[in-house]
Amino acid sequence: MTKLPRILGLTIALGLSASASAQMMINGAGATFPYPIYSKWFDAYTKVDPSVRFNYQSIGSGGGQKQILAQTVDFGASDGPMSDDNLAKAPGKLLHIPTVAGADVVAYNLPGNPKLKLDADTIAGIFLGQIKKWGDPKITALNAGAKLPDQEIVVVHRSDGSGTTYIWTDYLSKISPEWKTKVGTNTSVNWPTGIGGKGNEGVAGQIKQTPGALGYVELIYAIQNKMPYADVKNSAGEFVTPTLESITAALATAEIPDDFRFSMTNAPGKDAYPICGATWLLVYQQQKDPAKGKKLVEFLKWAAKDGEKMAKDLNYAPLPDSVQQRVLTRINEIKL
Amino acid sequence: MSLAAQVLIEERFVRERMAPPSRFGDKAFQWLTMAMAMAVVVLVILTGWQLWRGSSLTVEKFGFHFLATSTWDPVAEQFGALPFIYGTLVSSLIALLIAVPLSIATAVYLTELAPLWIRQPLVSLTEMLAAIPSVILGLWGIFVMVPWLRDYPFPFLKHYFGWIPLFTGPIYGPCMFAGGIIIAIMILPIITSVSREILRSVPDLQREAAYGLGATRWEVTRIAVLSYARKGLFGAVILGLGRALGETMAVTMVIGNTPQIAASLFKPGYTLASVIANEFTEATTDIYLGALFEIGLVLFGVTILVNLVAQFLLKTMTTTTSATRAVQ
Repeated sequence: MTKLPRILGLTIALGLSASASAQMMINGAGATFPYPIYSKWFDAYTKVDPSVRFNYQSIGSGGGQKQILAQTVDFGASDGPMSDDNLAKAPGKLLHIPTVAGADVVAYNLPGNPKLKLDADTIAGIFLGQIKKWGDPKITALNAGAKLPDQEIVVVHRSDGSGTTYIWTDYLSKISPEWKTKVGTNTSVNWPTGIGGKGNEGVAGQIKQTPGALGYVELIYAIQNKMPYADVKNSAGEFVTPTLESITAALATAEIPDDFRFSMTNAPGKDAYPICGATWLLVYQQQKDPAKGKKLVEFLKWAAKDGEKMAKDLNYAPLPDSVQQRVLTRINEIKL
Repeated sequence: MSLAAQVLIEERFVRERMAPPSRFGDKAFQWLTMAMAMAVVVLVILTGWQLWRGSSLTVEKFGFHFLATSTWDPVAEQFGALPFIYGTLVSSLIALLIAVPLSIATAVYLTELAPLWIRQPLVSLTEMLAAIPSVILGLWGIFVMVPWLRDYPFPFLKHYFGWIPLFTGPIYGPCMFAGGIIIAIMILPIITSVSREILRSVPDLQREAAYGLGATRWEVTRIAVLSYARKGLFGAVILGLGRALGETMAVTMVIGNTPQIAASLFKPGYTLASVIANEFTEATTDIYLGALFEIGLVLFGVTILVNLVAQFLLKTMTTTTSATRAVQ
């Protein structure tokens, strides 16, 4: 019977120690596109600092912006930079911290699935509903070797609001004045043509099931689903295959202003893939809770240094060194 | 035996056996159940009020134009709900046209004609259909149903009935027709199982009387059963329609999500519920969010309106039967 008190004592001690090292919970919400890498980071970070736990709700960029504005979360996440209007609503100065980047690719369904080459005019023409057939001279001129059917192009776009669409329409607005005035840039727009699929899986499904279909999906999604996608002519006149390297190349040449609210579509540089975009974490410069703020800053620094190394394995493009340094400087400006 | 009759008998049985009931218990029970019932009413009113409040911005800015215009442009912040209202009503109508004959025929077979050994498996199967999650049906819709429809039934309809405007134009696959068909599949189980309950509650006396007059099986079913249970079956259809109007995930995956009003059923469409599900998460501006709230309000209104019309139609039907009381 001597064992019983000892066991009891042990149990109590364990209970006490568990409550003594009560974990700090840092809450975040927002973009769905970076969710896989963020959850990987949060998981890996528990080994770096076991006293912090993260709770991230991937509710979409719009929701992420709303929640950080309402201060119901400790950090927000968004696939597009916040608008001036929304920033003005913030109770304090909000910082944009870019984390990783991704690309939209032009995927299609053609007999034999030839490798296609497309340029800005052709892509804009197709999405404006002006180029209607695969046999159009504009497409055949770029693809001399490929056998293209005289079939109608079935344009597929996202029906749900998404960062993917934001990148896509941002690109089209930059390269086509007509698109800019008629349609514009947003997470969802008034499409001149085509059918809408819900989510990357919806668009990919629609493309795979419809002969003659063409649409845009995230690079990761196209790779995972083994869909053929086109090389796109960039602003330097080179045809570039979308890869993690060509996205990082675009990041390196894109013009990035001091507040990090940048668009990296149609970036200069001959290796840059033109249709890509970054994703951001949103944090207040003045942290309300010093203890929590300290942990958050530590995590952000870790993410910018060590976290970035995990990006490629998950098919995200990491930030180039030059941008990474600027990000670290920004993180140091967070006040506790 | 109908539920109501059963309750009556049990009530009498209980009264004869038991001591005079305590007044307090009865009162408390009555208040409790009334509070529960009232909570539902309050919930409906609160939902309506919340939607109204959320959409105040667009109600102010667009007024009646919101219901009457067709442009949905989040960039220019121009919002009109007409194509969505049209899409919701048309897809639900297609669904009813397909699902009602199918489910009532199934219910008739299951209650009147099927041999006993086949009934239970069939009943379980139809009920299992109701348990398939919407998003699974949607994926099945994209990968199986839509390609099949596009390759076989749609070209057939276009070839033979192309002279009707409903079946003209190019066939892409995802379209209003496909949306209607997927909703039909989703409302089949509910209409079938409610109809089956209704038909089962038709007193055997009815059938026996008809047989006694020398009616054939078809005549018995038509005169003694279906016509007797008419109002109840109508109620079952309304329950199905209610579900059809609000169906979201599966529809959005096959309807093509294009806000337009087109005569051809082969053209893509859009529904009220789908646009909310699609765009709510990424709506960043206030007016955009307000427009989506107002879409919710419109859906709320359309549902209530359709139900009121149904109640009115139900009232105009003359015969009252215990079967209908069971549904009401």
